[in-house]
Amino acid sequence: MGNDAHMPDTGVSVDFQEVQQTPRFRELRKRHRSFVFPMAVAFLLWYFAYVLLADYAVGFMSTKVWGNVNVGLILGLLQFVSTFGITAWYVSYSNRRLDPIAQEIRTEIEGHEHDMQTGAAARQGR
Amino acid sequence: MVPMVNVSALKDTTLLNMGIFALFVLVTMVIVFRASRNNKTAADYYAAGRSFTGSQNGTAIAGDYLSAASFLGITGAIAINGYDGFLYSIGFLVAWLVALLLVAELLRNTGKFTMADVLSFRLRQRPVRIAAALSTLAVCFFYLLAQMAGAGSLISLLLGISDWGGQSLVIIVVGALMILYVLIGGMKGTTWVQIIKAVLLIAGAAVMTLWVLSIYGFNLSNLLGSAAEAANNPNVLNPGLQYGKSDTSKLDFMSLGLALVLGTAALPHVLMRFYTVPTAKEARKSVVWSIWLIGLFYLFTLVLGYGAAALVGADTIKSAPGGVNSAAPLLAFHLGGPLLLGFISAVAFATILAVVAGLTITAAASFAHDIYANVIAKGGADPATEVKVARRTVVVIGILAILGGIFANGQNVAFLVALAFAVAASANLPTIVYSLFWRRFTTRGAVWSMYGGLASAIILIAFSPVVSGAKTSMIPAANFAFFPLSNPGIVSIPLAFLLGYLGTVLDKRAEDPAKQAEMEVRSLTGVGAEKAVDH
Repeated sequence: MGNDAHMPDTGVSVDFQEVQQTPRFRELRKRHRSFVFPMAVAFLLWYFAYVLLADYAVGFMSTKVWGNVNVGLILGLLQFVSTFGITAWYVSYSNRRLDPIAQEIRTEIEGHEHDMQTGAAARQGR
Repeated sequence: MVPMVNVSALKDTTLLNMGIFALFVLVTMVIVFRASRNNKTAADYYAAGRSFTGSQNGTAIAGDYLSAASFLGITGAIAINGYDGFLYSIGFLVAWLVALLLVAELLRNTGKFTMADVLSFRLRQRPVRIAAALSTLAVCFFYLLAQMAGAGSLISLLLGISDWGGQSLVIIVVGALMILYVLIGGMKGTTWVQIIKAVLLIAGAAVMTLWVLSIYGFNLSNLLGSAAEAANNPNVLNPGLQYGKSDTSKLDFMSLGLALVLGTAALPHVLMRFYTVPTAKEARKSVVWSIWLIGLFYLFTLVLGYGAAALVGADTIKSAPGGVNSAAPLLAFHLGGPLLLGFISAVAFATILAVVAGLTITAAASFAHDIYANVIAKGGADPATEVKVARRTVVVIGILAILGGIFANGQNVAFLVALAFAVAASANLPTIVYSLFWRRFTTRGAVWSMYGGLASAIILIAFSPVVSGAKTSMIPAANFAFFPLSNPGIVSIPLAFLLGYLGTVLDKRAEDPAKQAEMEVRSLTGVGAEKAVDH
């Protein structure tokens, strides 16, 4: 190929408003939003709870738990654990619940578009 | 019981440091030259032909993100201020969840080269593109200036060059190398520099971490105890040493935390990296990789920071040239002598080089693609001309960065990195989120939010104690500070969200529902997303 001038010309042949209204696309959007929104709210609340504790509950955070390891360090390390955990959870959720349905819709639209393009190319005698 | 590190001995290793750094430059140059042979199109130049894998790009993102401020700054902050330095690093990591959940894949599916591609997708092109390009340039400029000025103080520490002229010369060398990398290698070359640097940095930090832990029998509690003992202050293990001084400093930390956690996913040079992979799924993999690498790295800095406090000692660090930033290099010297110090110093240089290269190509792409091609030439520029403009912009930005770095050298400009995050979180994030998830969002909402966020962040910082009115200010002699905090985020971020909302509901014009439908369908399914260039 080697030329980037090919703007995706899907707008010409695909009625996206129609796709947007299909039950399958609405299901995909629902699955995506019902995961990412609550999760984003949850981790932001948990992060700011931690920052507030570190800011205003120094005594509590300084409580020693094991040797010199205190509550503050444990909560801080738990922020790492939750970040890694949410990441792994999201990847597995996407693989199971989002990717297959997105792939289906994409194949359908691009297959349809492909037919149109090869039709047009044939007409132009390419 | 703190073993002494002879600071003057550092100077003896200058030649070794330079040698290792020269080797890094040589190896990366060869790779950049080889990688650049396939650079033909705009997609090659800006987006590396979209040919990197998720794991490669994730490593490059880590290389782009883990700046000298992260490595030297956080290690030093933990060594001096203990727990509060660690607190800082957590915001930098958690922020990546915003990128993972809300931004990376949707952006990859709807954009082409720049952040403005996505923001202007379903709104009116001209006003939104100009606003997005201006905020991109502002963020890149602040970040770039901080890096270049940091290079100056790093040099005084690592190469033992303390006079202004010598430091300026090294800033010029760093700037010239950066121009060369970006000019020749484009995004492909820049990415390889970042990958190599990330691997060296993380490997170096891992070796030092294991080394420190082995000294304390792999017992974290022993290390912490020893750090507290060396500092003669048990509070280094508790929060509050740095941010707990007063009510203002506590609020300041909240404000900083907000900017860090919401700014990362809106940094233009991070966003641009998502275009270098072929699909949204690879963009997701990139973020996953970068989260693991960055998280791991910040865990290392926790050990390194307390290790430096225990083995080198806060007083030695503070009195060394480079101050707080010298904690990691001094620890390296204590552990592995001149060779490890040379390696870590070279990595610190490579870090600056890789980060400034990433910022420069982002700023150049934004100028050439958003302002030149889409606004000045009104979409009529051919890709070859656009890339030519981008290359010229690289040279201009490089020269500006060198001049800025020379003049900012020695100034207290550490606040610039935090400001870059605050501007990204205020000017970019609200519009990114609204345009991806809020159907009614309009051009007026976008323009109000972007200019409002950009202006409020910069104005508040100009009238804050970091610029005037305090001993640590940039202009200590004057006092025109009326905003008490050093971080504007807590005001400017909610303000920008509010302006985006108000601008939209007060806008009588509605946007094209067909474009909204197209953006929504494309963002979630990847239909019509830019494909990898196939050579």
